[in-house]
Amino acid sequence: MITPLHPALPPPTSDILRFTTAGSVDDGKSTLIGRLLHDSHAVTDDQLAAVKRITAQRGEENLNLSLLTDGLRAEREQGITIDVAYRYFATARRKFIIADTPGHIQYTRNMVTGASTADLAIVLVDARKGISEQTRRHSLIASLLRIPHLVLCINKMDLVAWSEQRFADLVGEFSAFASRLDIADLKFIPISALHGDNVVTASARMPWHEGGTLLYHLETVYHGGTHNHIDARFPVQTVIRPNNDLHHDFRGLAGRIASGVFKPGDRVVVFPSGLETQIKTIQGPAGEVAEAFAPMSVVVTLSDDLDVSRGDMLAKPNNRPTQSQDIEAMICWLGEKPLQPEGNYLLRHTTRETRCRIQTVRYKMDLSTLHKKDGDLVIGPNDIGRIELRTATPLLFDPYRSNRGTGSFILIDEFTHATVGAGMIL
Amino acid sequence: MSSYHLPHLAQLEHEAIFVLRETVAQFDRPALLFSGGKDSTVLLQLARKAFQPAALPFPLVHVDTGHNFPETLAFRDRVIAETGARLIVRQVEDSIKAGRVTEESGANASRNALQTVTLLDAIQESRFDACIGGARRDEEKARAKERFFSHRDEFGQWNPKNQRPELWNLFNGRKAPGEHFRIFPLSNWTELDVWHYIAQERLALPSLYFSHERAMVNRHGVLLAHSPYLTLHPGETIDRQRVRFRTVGDMTCTGATVSTAATLDEVIQEVAVSRMGERGGRADDLRSDSALEDRKRAGYF
Repeated sequence: MITPLHPALPPPTSDILRFTTAGSVDDGKSTLIGRLLHDSHAVTDDQLAAVKRITAQRGEENLNLSLLTDGLRAEREQGITIDVAYRYFATARRKFIIADTPGHIQYTRNMVTGASTADLAIVLVDARKGISEQTRRHSLIASLLRIPHLVLCINKMDLVAWSEQRFADLVGEFSAFASRLDIADLKFIPISALHGDNVVTASARMPWHEGGTLLYHLETVYHGGTHNHIDARFPVQTVIRPNNDLHHDFRGLAGRIASGVFKPGDRVVVFPSGLETQIKTIQGPAGEVAEAFAPMSVVVTLSDDLDVSRGDMLAKPNNRPTQSQDIEAMICWLGEKPLQPEGNYLLRHTTRETRCRIQTVRYKMDLSTLHKKDGDLVIGPNDIGRIELRTATPLLFDPYRSNRGTGSFILIDEFTHATVGAGMIL
Repeated sequence: MSSYHLPHLAQLEHEAIFVLRETVAQFDRPALLFSGGKDSTVLLQLARKAFQPAALPFPLVHVDTGHNFPETLAFRDRVIAETGARLIVRQVEDSIKAGRVTEESGANASRNALQTVTLLDAIQESRFDACIGGARRDEEKARAKERFFSHRDEFGQWNPKNQRPELWNLFNGRKAPGEHFRIFPLSNWTELDVWHYIAQERLALPSLYFSHERAMVNRHGVLLAHSPYLTLHPGETIDRQRVRFRTVGDMTCTGATVSTAATLDEVIQEVAVSRMGERGGRADDLRSDSALEDRKRAGYF
């Protein structure tokens, strides 16, 4: 039993770091997550007892920590991870939400799902095998989804004799590749998830590494969240009209601030009507607030009685979203059937839903080389490409690279209702 | 820049309110599944906040197995009286009488699984298209795979292998007629978050959650409350013990923990250092390694 270094009590004032983990099948991802959960007290005795019982039933020798993360019967039977699972642990400094995503190439869409809400991505590399196609693919997705922090964990250092040279070579090789990506903060940590080196406790066997442990990095990495606090955008989610004697004139616009800051008294423009008015009050869950910023859920009242409904957006007169029916985007395909050129889909963006038609497939990306695939424009499951589409009603958007909230959309199959595409507006 | 920061409990609160409002915006006939337990009590508080100063835009639904703790039912009725919320109660007893389900027999009999039929009948009868529940991903390994918006087919079944990817804050509530969704606004909350929120909001709870003396039966390591619904196995004895419950379900399958935690602060301290999982004392989950997954597939809460 490993003694926890941190009390399990997450103070109510701490913040949340959402991170995703990726790696090829045998890179030790489950072991790493198992260790983080275990060492931070997030694995309870009854869970551990269940894992021990099943491990013994199967006649396996080592405690199979992947049983902690593979929740579905089919996953445990087949020994693979099918779907994103969410895990929670906390230390004295932070609460953590892990989106644990499968490593197989055919589950790229799950990685995209996990990455869409992540502040940080951990990509695992087997020190013996080196940088693989999967490493490049996962790093590209992290970059495309604009995850600000990427941590490359060089795992299984025990199997390369804790070699500083091997670590330095891999850092060099990956850095050369990463220079072509858009990653704000890149960190390398040599670890052994199996033995615990540099995961929670500093490794005595790699004294040459001065960059700290993985957990220390997770606890201390600066993140102002992935929210943009400059461009004020408030997509209206629903209108609250109490219709009772006490509040019969009350008409509040409920929604979540997508980005920027709003204050009572601010001049605002209502889109798409373009009418200007002033914010009268802003109410949060505990009553009136003096300012609201992402990702707060609030109710806004306006000085003028304007026609505003779901799908509309409030912004500031001197900082407006782009308004257009013609959209250029990177698309990650999630559906089983390939994207239909000239096909119609439902598009959901902020709180707005509209029909759209695919106009052009510009190119498909080769995820291992970052190059365009010549002569292949079929966007199938797990493919990423660049498309142009036209919407039935204009979208109010910003580029994804500056605003995750107003730059992202999903495509829905009109007939099966399945979510088939994840789009990032250029 | 750094002043634009929400503490983690506030982040969870804002997220849950967003999900609740999105439910009302995307569905015609939502309902909130209210058990009288701590999670649905938190859920109700969030729902009231999400739509204030308007009234709750959906009714509460309680599936009563007939084997509930009397404390839970008293608490439920008190909450309804205080909040003025609409409550729809459906009885498992009625499903049994109507021949829709057959009661389990034997000493381990429980009505826990029968609730699914009563629930799905209630959903169909009232034509609910979205049922909001207080389940959390940290509770159990099958629940860790849940979406915020979780699709159910026309038979009320969950297909965990073919779930819709859920990206950013974009929830897809599209469905065919007869299908419905389960909505889980507390997905990202842990047991400790729920307790911190109860303390912050000063929410009342059934007295079961706090230490009290009770007649208990130890069955295979699970401490069950002695009640008219529990048939004793040969050799089992009834002992009075100081206990509290970490989850509140049927009297026949909800295990207690020996505890002296009688106040909110003491419960929070206890939960923070506990080495047992919250549902570790649920006899309904311990029936097999995938018991909860199997019940969820069939349409359970």
